[in-house]
Amino acid sequence: MDLNAQPQSISKQQIVVVGNGMVGHHFVEQLSQYEDYQITVLSAEPRLAYDRVHLSEYFSGKTESDLALITAEQYQTLGVNFHLDAKVSHIDKRAKTVTTEQGQSYSYDKLILATGSYPFVPPIPGKERPHCLVYRTIDDLEQIKASAAQGTVGVVVGGGLLGLEAANALKELGLETHVVEFAPQLMGVQLDSTGGQLLKRKIEALGVTVHTEKATQQIVDGKQCVHRMEFADGSYLETDLILFSAGIRPYDNLAREFDLTVGERGGIVINNQCQTSEQDIYAIGECALWNNFIFGLVAPGYSMAKVAAAHIHGESDSFTGADMSTKLKLMGVEVGSIGDAHAKTPGAQCFTYQNDRDLIYKKIVVSQDGKNLLGAVLVGDTSEYDSLLQYALNGIELPEDPDALILPSSGEKPSLGVDALPDSATICSCLNVTKGDIINAIDNGDTDLAEIKASTKASSGCGGCAALLKTVADSEFAKRGLEVKKDICSHFAYSRTELFHIIKAEKIRNFDTLIEKHGQGIGCEICKPAVASILASIWNDYILQSDHLPLQDTNDVYLGNMQKDGTYSIVPRMPGGEITPDKLIVIGEVAKAYNLYTKITGGQRIDLFGARVDQLPDIWEKLIAAGMETGHAYGKSLRTVKSCVGSTWCRYGVQDSMSMAIFLENRYKGLRTPHKVKFAVSGCTRECAEAQSKDIGVIATENGWNLYVSGNGGMKPRHADLFATDLDDTTLVKYIDRYLMFYVRMADRLQRTSVWLESLEGGLEYAQKVVIDDHLGINDELEKQMAAVVDSYQCEWKTTIESPEQLKRFRQFVNSEKSDPSIQFVNEREQIRPATITEKAAAGLLIDTVTISDSQQVTEVNPA
Amino acid sequence: MSTAKNWQTICHKQDLVKNSGVCALLQEQQLAIFLTSDDQVYSITNWDPAGKANVLYRGIIGDSEGEIFVASPLYKERFSLTTGKCLDDEQLSVISYQTRIQDNQVQVFF
Repeated sequence: MDLNAQPQSISKQQIVVVGNGMVGHHFVEQLSQYEDYQITVLSAEPRLAYDRVHLSEYFSGKTESDLALITAEQYQTLGVNFHLDAKVSHIDKRAKTVTTEQGQSYSYDKLILATGSYPFVPPIPGKERPHCLVYRTIDDLEQIKASAAQGTVGVVVGGGLLGLEAANALKELGLETHVVEFAPQLMGVQLDSTGGQLLKRKIEALGVTVHTEKATQQIVDGKQCVHRMEFADGSYLETDLILFSAGIRPYDNLAREFDLTVGERGGIVINNQCQTSEQDIYAIGECALWNNFIFGLVAPGYSMAKVAAAHIHGESDSFTGADMSTKLKLMGVEVGSIGDAHAKTPGAQCFTYQNDRDLIYKKIVVSQDGKNLLGAVLVGDTSEYDSLLQYALNGIELPEDPDALILPSSGEKPSLGVDALPDSATICSCLNVTKGDIINAIDNGDTDLAEIKASTKASSGCGGCAALLKTVADSEFAKRGLEVKKDICSHFAYSRTELFHIIKAEKIRNFDTLIEKHGQGIGCEICKPAVASILASIWNDYILQSDHLPLQDTNDVYLGNMQKDGTYSIVPRMPGGEITPDKLIVIGEVAKAYNLYTKITGGQRIDLFGARVDQLPDIWEKLIAAGMETGHAYGKSLRTVKSCVGSTWCRYGVQDSMSMAIFLENRYKGLRTPHKVKFAVSGCTRECAEAQSKDIGVIATENGWNLYVSGNGGMKPRHADLFATDLDDTTLVKYIDRYLMFYVRMADRLQRTSVWLESLEGGLEYAQKVVIDDHLGINDELEKQMAAVVDSYQCEWKTTIESPEQLKRFRQFVNSEKSDPSIQFVNEREQIRPATITEKAAAGLLIDTVTISDSQQVTEVNPA
Repeated sequence: MSTAKNWQTICHKQDLVKNSGVCALLQEQQLAIFLTSDDQVYSITNWDPAGKANVLYRGIIGDSEGEIFVASPLYKERFSLTTGKCLDDEQLSVISYQTRIQDNQVQVFF
């Protein structure tokens, strides 16, 4: 590997993804974890992927960026090319290219069609009139908003799941809202007729009028409103706005036009690997027809995306259908539907519970032998949904009186303990996480829910399984006798790891937001620097911007190490300990000009001591002008990478340890970590750099590098552990990226890598599984996060001296140009050292004469 | 100190940094002056009696059971900004001064 250049590969497979909806984006996420592909995304919409499941929240205050699943910068970081407003109009299967309406062509090795679906608009005369809209994209929502502003009445055509969502949106916009459904009931796919009737009553109680068994004949001019909808039974309804939500149709026109097999009623036919009739073209999501079925939910689309990505990468995985059970809240009404809701299975027996006072309806469908749950309908109360779903999905044998499962809990209710669930039980169906996965995560060291969520990704999709996940996790923790409480301080009831996950998940960028949402009080010297460090690890903003400044320990505030007399020391970075004579001369000149004490540090750097606060900017200006930058010697961050000269000069060196040390130091400089971190690289096993006593140690071998981790230990010295052997340059760097970022994520406040590794359940072996075998499937994310930090590096001193506002802080006194007279030095061995207390007292320089009685005197005075 | 105490104007409010401190020189005494996010100003002596250096203005502000304090940047002893008492060591304390903002000027009763 050329250590001075980014590795470039010219032979990457070209992957073109048509469509950037939730499923198309999920595919990109899945595939971009491998480096062997150049992914190009073509989106017909003017924006990148966003969360369509929560689209209606756009009307209750969520913004476009809240709904966004990805940003342009993130795609850039992932190395994904993308083009917006790029609708594909042509596929050339022989030449393997696609062309957009604008005429841009892209060649592919593999083509992914993730074009999704479009809303079906029934062929009603008048459907083209203005203010007749559909509910599908953010652009649609914008139109609906604009249209609603001009009217007072709105109608949704279609009483299915999406139609009711749309009705909710109209209601949110303040319109008098109606739902018009052709069938005799609402949500005919998921609910039986009693459930549908009850849902109707509940929704009407909320002020939405529901019209069932209405076939719209035509839409004409209205008398009071813009439109009049005329129905087949002779009645009519006037409205200003009509939203069609009568089902979806797959966007399969490209497949039709360019000769891929499509189903009789539409949909691109795919096999279990999501390949279309053309083996290099895949289709996933709502445009795809599997086993004659279109899946109109996001979870099956995600599964397809995963299968397609795995197949392209040469792994065997197959799509075998998906459970279409749903639980949702429509306008505050809880609705759940599981499996065979309509009891179509021969011999099925039904048990129902109906409560007309509270408008609750529950039905379970049980197999002929009474042993298995086939389906369920829940309206008004879905509290049993999770356990019913587990009975259905896992074939768990039902209790003797299964109706007890849905009866109100007046008597003994046979609750399905999570212990009864088999390890194969799916807990999170969006991300396909089983109970076994969760147990594994706990066995491998996760000590709380946040960690389990992070490592298994459970509950990071729709979030519907959050309660069940917690129950499973709590039960497993209890079994192990675990009650792990690691609150960072009295201001936050969270550990550092938990705060890390909160900040990352909620994209929190400053302390005030965090403490307002998740803490109490104003913070303290414990939580503030810890949060500052987490924010820096994740976002890598300039640490002295005004909202971060008050959080930093003094070393970070003044970008130097405070010494016992209140002065600071200065350490320019010298990657690998290498320095040119010219720079060395400048350091000498600066030290001489400001009369600084000069010493070589333990990490092969030059430390200049005795600078007063007000001298710091001038000194740094000179060092920066000579081409140097901050050594971060003050931060909880990477300090130094010590090295020997390696094969370049040394008779025994077997690898170029100097280049590697410089590369590593430049790569990780500026990375904020829970504790300071030091590296070393030795060019042979003679170990002149003492790498085995460092947080990260690298020792050259004949065949590459041996990687050692978590040495040092500070007060309790620790020999590093051998982590992996004979690595090539690229793998070495990759493992260090992952190991360090894993530590940054998981470690406690001020926990060294040594203590962290020892406290990690499963220890070294577990860390190896995670970093080398990608046991948690998070390596891709760890690497990306490291890449983001590497890419956003800045020399904090350079930024600081360029800002007049920042320079103001370095004045000793806010109201005087004087300097602190209590800072005094004496000479020793031809250099300065701080004067001792006795020496200062002798010189009459101490102000340490304050007594408690003085203090009381002053505070008793009340001039107001 | 025999002279009568009075309100002394130190600096403009904008010279302070929110949620952190600055240092002022008043009759050869060093004062650490803090501005909190609710726009309250506090002054204590800048001398850290534990670390024996003029550094308190460079500490982090926090609260402990409602008591607002600064933690010394040297060895982290916490001093109440209202009473000057050290929250970690009864033996230690600093002087706290009445402080106010008047027409955007920071004033200390000194």
